[in-house]
Amino acid sequence: MAALQQQSAIKGAKVLMVGAGGIGCELLKTLALSGFEDIHIIDMDTIEVSNLNRQFLFRRSHVGQSKAKVARDAVLRFRPNINIRSYHANVKNPEFDVDFFKQFDVVLNGLDNLDARRHVNRLCLAAEVPLVESGTTGFLGQVTVHIKGKTECYECQTKPAPKTYPVCTITSTPTKFVHCIVWAKDLLFAKLFGDKNQDNDLNVRSNNSASSSKETEDVFERSEDEDIEQYGRKIYDHVFGSNIEAALSNEETWKNRKRPRPIYSKDVLPESLDQQNGSTQNCSVTDGDSVVSAMPSLGLKNPQELWGLTQNSLVFIEALKLFFAKRKKEIGHLTFDKDDQLAVEFVTAAANIRAESFEIPLHSLFEAKGIAGNIVHAVATTNAIIAGLIVIEAIKVLKKDEDKYRMTYCLEHPSRKMLLMPIEPYEPNPACYVCSETPLGLEINTRKSKLRDLVDRIVKAKLGMNLPLIMHGASLLYEVGDDLDDIMVANYNANLEKVLSELPSPIVNGSILTVEDLQQELSCKINVKHREEFDEEKEPEGMVLSGWTPSPATNGESASTSNNEIPVDVTESSSGSETASKKRRLSEIEPCNHKKETENVESEDDDIMEIENPMIVSKKIRVE
Amino acid sequence: MDGEELTEQETALYDRQIRVWGAGAQRRLSKSHVLVSGIKGTVAEFCKNIVLAGVGSVTLLDDRLVTEEAFNANFLILPDENAYAGKTVAEICCDSLKEFNPMVHVSIEKGDLSTLGVDFFEKFDVVIIGYSSRATKKAVNEKCRKLKKRVAFYTVDCRGSCGEIFVDLQNYNYTKKKLDETVECELTFPSFEEAVSVPWKPIPRRTAKLYFAMRVIERFEETEGRKPGECSLFDLPGVLKLKKELCEGNSVSENHIPDSLLERLVSGNTEFPPACAIIGGILGQEVIKVISGKGEPLKNFFYFDAEDGKGVIEDISQ
Repeated sequence: MAALQQQSAIKGAKVLMVGAGGIGCELLKTLALSGFEDIHIIDMDTIEVSNLNRQFLFRRSHVGQSKAKVARDAVLRFRPNINIRSYHANVKNPEFDVDFFKQFDVVLNGLDNLDARRHVNRLCLAAEVPLVESGTTGFLGQVTVHIKGKTECYECQTKPAPKTYPVCTITSTPTKFVHCIVWAKDLLFAKLFGDKNQDNDLNVRSNNSASSSKETEDVFERSEDEDIEQYGRKIYDHVFGSNIEAALSNEETWKNRKRPRPIYSKDVLPESLDQQNGSTQNCSVTDGDSVVSAMPSLGLKNPQELWGLTQNSLVFIEALKLFFAKRKKEIGHLTFDKDDQLAVEFVTAAANIRAESFEIPLHSLFEAKGIAGNIVHAVATTNAIIAGLIVIEAIKVLKKDEDKYRMTYCLEHPSRKMLLMPIEPYEPNPACYVCSETPLGLEINTRKSKLRDLVDRIVKAKLGMNLPLIMHGASLLYEVGDDLDDIMVANYNANLEKVLSELPSPIVNGSILTVEDLQQELSCKINVKHREEFDEEKEPEGMVLSGWTPSPATNGESASTSNNEIPVDVTESSSGSETASKKRRLSEIEPCNHKKETENVESEDDDIMEIENPMIVSKKIRVE
Repeated sequence: MDGEELTEQETALYDRQIRVWGAGAQRRLSKSHVLVSGIKGTVAEFCKNIVLAGVGSVTLLDDRLVTEEAFNANFLILPDENAYAGKTVAEICCDSLKEFNPMVHVSIEKGDLSTLGVDFFEKFDVVIIGYSSRATKKAVNEKCRKLKKRVAFYTVDCRGSCGEIFVDLQNYNYTKKKLDETVECELTFPSFEEAVSVPWKPIPRRTAKLYFAMRVIERFEETEGRKPGECSLFDLPGVLKLKKELCEGNSVSENHIPDSLLERLVSGNTEFPPACAIIGGILGQEVIKVISGKGEPLKNFFYFDAEDGKGVIEDISQ
């Protein structure tokens, strides 16, 4: 009887899956086998080779195609009579609005980033559709159920902000390999190959000319006919040599620190590289369909091998040469991409040379790629288990079996004999700005900060709004949308550049702002408090938002370094930044006591774990 | 290390999992040979997992002809009658599994598990027995134990939304890191026969009820001459009677095993696919651990019940 009821609840259900990746493939398969007959699936990604070890619905011949579409076709092969609809699109697109969400009985998330998770959470709240949320990393995973008014929403628990590092740690006093990676990727790579107009904290002035005039030329400017190798050596000597030398002259900095060693190309590399390796001319063999890489011409094959200083220096020069020789058109528009082989080679080499300077252990390309690309550890088994748990919760939701809803953790080490540990879901957090109406507090210098700062650093970056609107009293200060006329757009753009206290409706101490996102149907109030000074190191954004995310560990130094300190809650934090309440809950359930037992990760480095977390990493480590 | 390096192709394909268990473990995986018998939903899940992980070879043993019943919960069998007519479950699953990872050698063997000789098992590092009678499990386990090399032995069953995994690694040494030290650990496993015939009385009261319930069902099928999993609600009175006898024989109270649990087990002759995914996932993880020699293996039973959502390890040895 119960079984029949269950079957009819499943058969009649219309479900939305967001994500057709690691969890998504397993989930779609298990849904179909369980008897679900109407499944919609959204995923913007296309298939890559590194997906194939676990996303079992995909084959090598599918590389480059839409994940949602290929997953659909694959599952229809063994369940031909069900309805699966695929959308090769971003879930944040406007067509997926509240009305779209309302047609579903339950939404199942198999996402890989915080931003999209928050967006879906808000739409589910607005549409009053139950959400089953999930995440995995390595052998750890979790499934949670979010039902408006009954259980906590995805954002009731604070999510730690993406890790940021103090500017000076990156620019002058790195102590960990990850600092060198951030420097190589976000400063050096961005400076050489990215948008020239972007702010960049890299020192670009050469020593000798720095004193003479403010208008000194940028060392990074390459003159028309400058030989690429000469240019590469100039950059090398500047960033690894004279910049370090300049930094050393500031004695104060090195009082309690190890002094770095300047490295110049002439001390590491032979005078001319052309004879030694065929370089740019000869490597045209690998041109065409294969990727541009500096490794083959240098005889380097194994990405897991550790390169010495000389090899790193050769890779540095060779990769730089190849960018100018083979990918000239892209220079000025490149952003680091972990799937861009040449970019990974360049960043690995640059980070290692810098690490050598600062006596930080060097890393292989494989490891460096993991750090630079925030690569998620992933295995098929955990995804399969988590997908099974999602379906079990989804069925309970469809049967409205409220007493039986559980959040479940998949552990690597048993806790109280359990590898799969179910816990009763929590009630909504009454102070949650997303699912309740509690106002946020913002401390800001209203006489200095511009509306643009507020929009970029708070409304978009912290509140995760996609199409924001800002009101002060009855006055509309800012809005985004397709239906605005030119005059309004001009008006809003003008407002963006104005200091808060000088806006048409001035924002001052005590002002209450209403911030809304029309697509997410989320609205929240912000109480503004004027504050004159901010600590540049601790509060680099020049504003403090409270009632949002009190993430104590924004600094790499104070964060924990062990994989297994992610006790059980994977979407929460790998950096020890759980809130007090979270800690209390975790202790109630006596989580695993294996914090110090690491046995799974041989090729990993602690540094990786600090920024490794599929649920919380943003694309970019912010260095402001 | 084991000498050879991973090829470029392997490094690219296995990138994300090498980041979990390391290149050494990946090499050991690629040299291991796994025998799998009795391919229903849970075992199909397991096969997918280890083929994706990149073991050296998987050998399938299941001579049942494919019928409609066979593709419940088993996504390796496509419901195309023209394709499966006259073929065995092993043959059809073999074709599907090959596609998942061209680097793994997937093949089939024919024959009855209980009559295969000791030598047959020597080729394998891991043996998985799905959906077999108590007698077959015992016989295969004993053959594996006769071999000089250690063969990791597992049985797996899923009934409705409940499942059981049994593990016998005989004497197993592994290392684990404690603080900064690497500690050598040794575990001694009882055989299948020993583990299922432990007297009930001394077993701690909080032990998963499924352990006892599965023993009742197993015994019922044996005495009634049923194939594994071939029970229905009509058998409930007989099962409850047997339970009473077993409880009395073990001098434990009848409440030791809830009737409702036995009722679910006898009526659960089709597998619940989410439970298959979960149990097949845990089994995959265990086998990967043991082949790679990394991490503490589970000893010696694992239970999952979708009803309460718990996945529990029970150590049941004398």
